[in-house]
Amino acid sequence: MELRLAGVGHSYAGREVLRDIDLKVPEGEIVCIVGPSGCGKSTLLRMMGGLEQPARGEVLQVGQPPQGCLNPLTFIFQDFALLPWRSVAGNVSLVLEDHPIGRDEARAMVADVLGRTRLTEFADALPRQLSGGMKQRVAIARALVVRPAVLLMDEPLSALDSQTRELLMEDLVGLWTRQPFTAVYVTHNLAEAVRLGHRIVVLSRRPGELREVVSLDKPLADRGYGDADLEVTQKHLWELMRAEAAAADAELLRG
Amino acid sequence: MDNQGSKVVFRGGGFTHQSRRWVGFVVFAALLLLAEWGTRTGVISPLTLPRPSDVLQTFGELYSSGLLFQHLIPSLLRLLVGAALGASLGIGVGFLIGLFSFVRAGLVPLVAAIFPIPKIALLPLFVIWFGIDEGSKYALIAFGTFTPTVVATFAAVDNVDRTLIRMGQSFGLDWFSIVRKIVLPGAMPGILAGLRISLAIAIILLVAAEMLGAEYGIGAYILEAGSLYDLERLFAGVVILSVLGVLVSAVIGVIERRLLDWRT
Ligand SMILES: Nc1ncnc2c1ncn2[C@@H]1O[C@H](COP(=O)(O)OP(=O)(O)O)[C@@H](O)[C@H]1O
Ligand SMILES: [Mg+2]
Repeated sequence: MELRLAGVGHSYAGREVLRDIDLKVPEGEIVCIVGPSGCGKSTLLRMMGGLEQPARGEVLQVGQPPQGCLNPLTFIFQDFALLPWRSVAGNVSLVLEDHPIGRDEARAMVADVLGRTRLTEFADALPRQLSGGMKQRVAIARALVVRPAVLLMDEPLSALDSQTRELLMEDLVGLWTRQPFTAVYVTHNLAEAVRLGHRIVVLSRRPGELREVVSLDKPLADRGYGDADLEVTQKHLWELMRAEAAAADAELLRG
Repeated sequence: MDNQGSKVVFRGGGFTHQSRRWVGFVVFAALLLLAEWGTRTGVISPLTLPRPSDVLQTFGELYSSGLLFQHLIPSLLRLLVGAALGASLGIGVGFLIGLFSFVRAGLVPLVAAIFPIPKIALLPLFVIWFGIDEGSKYALIAFGTFTPTVVATFAAVDNVDRTLIRMGQSFGLDWFSIVRKIVLPGAMPGILAGLRISLAIAIILLVAAEMLGAEYGIGAYILEAGSLYDLERLFAGVVILSVLGVLVSAVIGVIERRLLDWRT
């Protein structure tokens, strides 16, 4: 299944935040969206996941979700959004409880996904007992258990320290390499974008418009921390964004 | 400063809560001992304050004569029925206000109008509506518990983390699941905090209702003692109320520890 955006635009209280976005998210690819803060990245992602209606244009899902998919468009949030009163396993099983799945099958699905995210031994822990990185791995497990067609990630690593971020990026690459998934990955961190993106979409400052789409052909598994060719792309992205970011910053100051 | 250097002074203490249960007992015991000493030596005249040991003795007589339970049981029953009615209705209405904007628009002004009415002023009305017997007492306690519970509940529902609700929606949970599994547990801390206040109000109203017309009950007992200026019995009654308040608070504490063990 793939996602297509046609002429999507949006305004909040008369203030235009997104303008005329045409975008394709092909099956099995990770599309990164970068842009200065306040340019409408989160808004765009919420529209892709049906949490918000675009004022103009439309978001289409093309093709059938894969067999056994329970929630085609699945979010991973920056602040994890775990229920603090449920254990790790309970947070994951939460999203299965409204589906007609037998108790044993659900338990097997949860166990499988906790294994894949290396959380098996923390199944009974409460969120407050976990580090930020582990919390986000629980959120990833919860997203994977519904076998999503497209993963929508809004700055999933931004609340984490840089070492944890590096480790989780490797986790994501590992998960994708074993079983390629389709994803939209919003970030303001260009290093994350060049490590995880098959395509990188650059948005302008508000109102967010499509500035450029950069494709990266190097396989995800071959990309590493500080690779020279990735640095080049990252530098190119930074040059695209630099003026926008500076202008956006000045705009915020002026209010 | 010389080369030895001086030790950095610690200035980070305080402003945190530590468990010091025994302090409460010490304060309590000290006050009682002071009263006992004062009344025995004559520093405090027996007309101002009864001697704690006399109050204890009165209490013992109350117990051995069987009168204690004759007063306590009806009071507890009234408290239980009235508070249960008021709190459950309050939680229900509070949820409706928290969840539906139409209900909110309709009921919040009404609740604001009812809240400041001293409920005891309405007792005559309740007597007409629900009868002179238990009915009017239940109604008074229920009504008094209801308003603070409503306010606490809808504020607690409003305070539930919206990102969690958004998460539930993004995973396609149905509306009822979101309310039951996300909103209800998320609002529980606020609801229980509100119940602490509501139940204290319920005890106050219980006594007030019993003072206005009841043969048996702690309120009636206190009123009788008061009109005879029998300070020992008056204080024995007051002690029962205090113990009741402490017990209610302890019960809520236990519920909090069981239901809210996920908090730090
Ligand atoms: N629900 C909302 N109501 C009003 N304005 C909003 C809302 N959500 C976002 N905005 C505004 O829209 C703009 C884009 O927000 P957002 O999509 O969060 O940007 P980004 O994620 O790129 O930082 C910002 O100026 C923000 O203040
Ligand atoms: Mg954002």
